[in-house]
Order: sequence, then C-alpha cells, then structure tokens
Amino acid sequence: MIEEITILGGFDKQENAEPVKKVVIKRGEIFGVVGPTGSGKSSLIGDIEQLSQEDTFSRRKILVNGEEPSYEDRTNPRKKMVAQLSQNMNFLADMTVGDFLSLHAKCRGASSKCVNAVIDLANTLTGEPIKKDHDLTILSGGQSRALMVADVAIISNSPIVLIDEIENAGIRKHDALEALAGHGKIVMVVTHDPVLALMTDKRIVMKNGGMQTVVATSEDEKAISQKLNKIDELMLSLRDKVRNGEIIRDIEMEYLEF
Amino acid sequence: MRMVIVAGTPGSGKTAVLVHALRSLNERGLKSAVVKIDCLYTDDDSKFAKIGVPTKVGLSMDMCPDHYAIYNLEEMVDWADENQAELLVVETAGLCHRCAPFTVNSLGVCVIDATSGPNTPLKVGPFLSTADIAVITKGDMISQAEREIFRERILEVNPNCKIIEANGLSGQGCAELADEIMKSQEVTLEGETLRHSAPLAVCTLCVGETKVNKKYHRGILRRIDGFQSYEGE
Repeated sequence: MIEEITILGGFDKQENAEPVKKVVIKRGEIFGVVGPTGSGKSSLIGDIEQLSQEDTFSRRKILVNGEEPSYEDRTNPRKKMVAQLSQNMNFLADMTVGDFLSLHAKCRGASSKCVNAVIDLANTLTGEPIKKDHDLTILSGGQSRALMVADVAIISNSPIVLIDEIENAGIRKHDALEALAGHGKIVMVVTHDPVLALMTDKRIVMKNGGMQTVVATSEDEKAISQKLNKIDELMLSLRDKVRNGEIIRDIEMEYLEF
Repeated sequence: MRMVIVAGTPGSGKTAVLVHALRSLNERGLKSAVVKIDCLYTDDDSKFAKIGVPTKVGLSMDMCPDHYAIYNLEEMVDWADENQAELLVVETAGLCHRCAPFTVNSLGVCVIDATSGPNTPLKVGPFLSTADIAVITKGDMISQAEREIFRERILEVNPNCKIIEANGLSGQGCAELADEIMKSQEVTLEGETLRHSAPLAVCTLCVGETKVNKKYHRGILRRIDGFQSYEGE
C-alpha cells in the first residue's frame, strides 16, 4: 500500500539546484503542477512516472513510503504504480464499451462486475450518457475522458494518477478529481485551468525546469474554487442544451454572488 | 562483438528509440555502429550520423529484407570491427514479421507501436514472441486502459520478455533500453543460429511469377481451407 511519495529536488535547466528540496504527497491528496510552457511540468510528471533515481536530466529522486523503490518495482510492467490521463489520449480499440471494460478488468485481475460501476461513475461525470453497447471509438471527447477517469479510478489499481491538461474535456472536472482522490489515489494534475488548480490541496510552481515553490491553496481560493465550479456546471449545462438543439433564452448568474 | 538486433513494424519508432539509446551508450563510453536494412529507400542513416555513430545502409531491393540481413551478418560484424565498434546494432526493415531475425546469442529487441490496436501482439508472431525486450512506443496517445491491455497481451505472447515503455520523441524510457544493451554479451557467428526458423517460402512467386491463379504455380501451395499440396516434379 502506498501511503506517500516524496520528490527530492534535483537541478533546473541551468544546472542550479532546485529551490524546492523536498515535496511529500500523501494518499488522497490532490497536487497541482503549474507554470508557463517549457517550465518543466511534463518532465516533473515524467520523473514521477519512471520513479526516477537521479537518472534523468533533472536528477530528481522519487521515494515511495520514504524509501527507494526496488528495481523490480520500477520496471515490472505488472507493478506499475502510475496511471496517466491526458488530453492527447484516445480510445483506439475497435470494441464496445462493455467488452473493452471486461477485457481491461480481466487483464488487471478485477471482477467483471466492476464494468457497470465504471459506466455508472463515468455517467456522473459527463452529460451525454454512455451505454455498454456503444462503440468505444465513436464516443465524444467528453464521454471518452469521463470513461478514462472512471476506469482509472475503479479498474487500474495504480495508486498514483498523473493528469496532464484535461481542461477542455467537457466533463465535470471537479467531480472527476474527487472521484480519483476518493478512491485513495495520489493525484497530480498539470493544469493552467483555475477550476482545477484551485481545487488542489497544494500546487507546485515550476520555472526554468525547476520546482520554484509550493503554494498551499488558501481558504479564499477554496471558496473561489466553489464558485468556479458553479460556472463550470453552468457551461456544461449550456453545452448540453446547445447540443440538443435547444434555444438559450437566459442564464442564471445570481447564485454565483458576483 | 556485442550484437543487438532490432525489429519492429514500420513507423513504430525503431530509429527514434535507438538514436536516444545510442546517445546514452556513447556517454557511457560504449562505442557502437549501426547497420540499417531496408528494401528500397531509407534516410535513417543520416539520423545516426548526426549523433556520431558510424552507419551502413543495406537495401535488399526485391529480396526479403530479413533473409538478406540474416546471411549478411558476417559482413556487418567485419565492418563494425573496422570501425572499432564494440557493439553492432542491426535495425531491420520491419515488414512481414513472419521472420524473427534474432540469433540465439544476440540481444533481440522488438519495437511495437501501442496505437496499432490491442490485438497486434497476438498477430505479429516470432519477432515479438522470441524477443528479449519489447519496447512499447506511442503509449502516450492511447488510454491508460489500452496501455495496460497492450502490456498484458505482450506478456501472454512472450511471458519472459522485459517490457520497456519508451517515447521516441522525448527519449523517455530509452536510457532503460541502454541499460539492457550494456548487459548484452559477446557473440561469435561461428555456429550461431536463429531463434526461430524463417518461414516456408518455396513457391513460384518467390522466383518471380506474377500471375495470380493457382494453376500457374508450383511448389508447396496451401489452400485457404488449410490443406496443402506439392505441385510439380
């Protein structure tokens, strides 16, 4: 069981020691990774994915439960601790949703009963219902992303989930992150999206390839995050209405308390 | 001479992965040389030349590129010797996959593209099932679930291989391949054999007949219902 991972700082692109020496992330916590393009967000995620041991460009070291993971733990494909989710990922398998999830469950040694649980969870994250007999490859972007989140939460037993930019996904991002963290995962999310960034517990600020600082989300930010979430919900419901051919006459903004 | 034979489907990222791995070997002081086998055309040699690795191209033209690679291994080793290399890397054309060009004592690396679908590992045959290392590329483009299924399918076909997930663009995972290459052993070609026989290919098509109907063909002919017969003298 993974209780926490530790990132020990290495060096930035100019070979300077990273200002942040150590970050500890615990089970059920959500961490953000923010910073401009080219600041090293993806390479930080890459280091965690490989559980690097001072053997990558950044020379960071990743500890699991305070200890160095064994070579076996790092390289055995059946023991992969990290699941990933990104905007660039697609479903390419030519199968129905039900068959695909059963196959995945079988591969992970999970019961095929969880197939319905995955579809139910996915349907709470997206407006357009996903059915078992839908073809995987015709799902919309939102449906695909919702299904990927639910599948990672329930079938993939990897304890660490790395999310790379899912801002334009058309899913309830807030609920998606909560679903993952609620399943006892360590969640790290790379994002520029304030809806996601402000709902994390802390965020690592990247600059020049190095971890610059770690910011804890303040109480004010958490309240703002709630408001942003409402805006997000509003956008999603409008999206569904437009998709279904409805005419938009008015939107309710009062409850956002501007 | 240490010998690494790299097979894989066209466009799977063999060259991209190798360029990163060889750069990493260079830094560790292991001198390598690459032979790239292809049929009609390749510009991969310029990619290896860019990182300062001696490169030779072999074009098989109308011959099977894997057969061509197999019986030319001796010349390749001699050429690598002349270039003071300690490691010979042979990159195959990667066309039909019925051949597995790996020899018993070389390090056999199969590069396979994760976007090719979850059934691909079951389809491709000995170039995956007899490999020491399966390098999965383009995993960042498919869902986590498909990645896990793909891995599992590879282990079904080849339970003892080592799987490396690599990204030919960023180079992620390629240092791990370099680690495995560092562990490879010396090979002498005297008495060296293939891990898996090359497929049966003794019909008139092999020697240039172009007509399609069965009546024009001689040799071992297998019908689509599985029955086979020998036609001819």
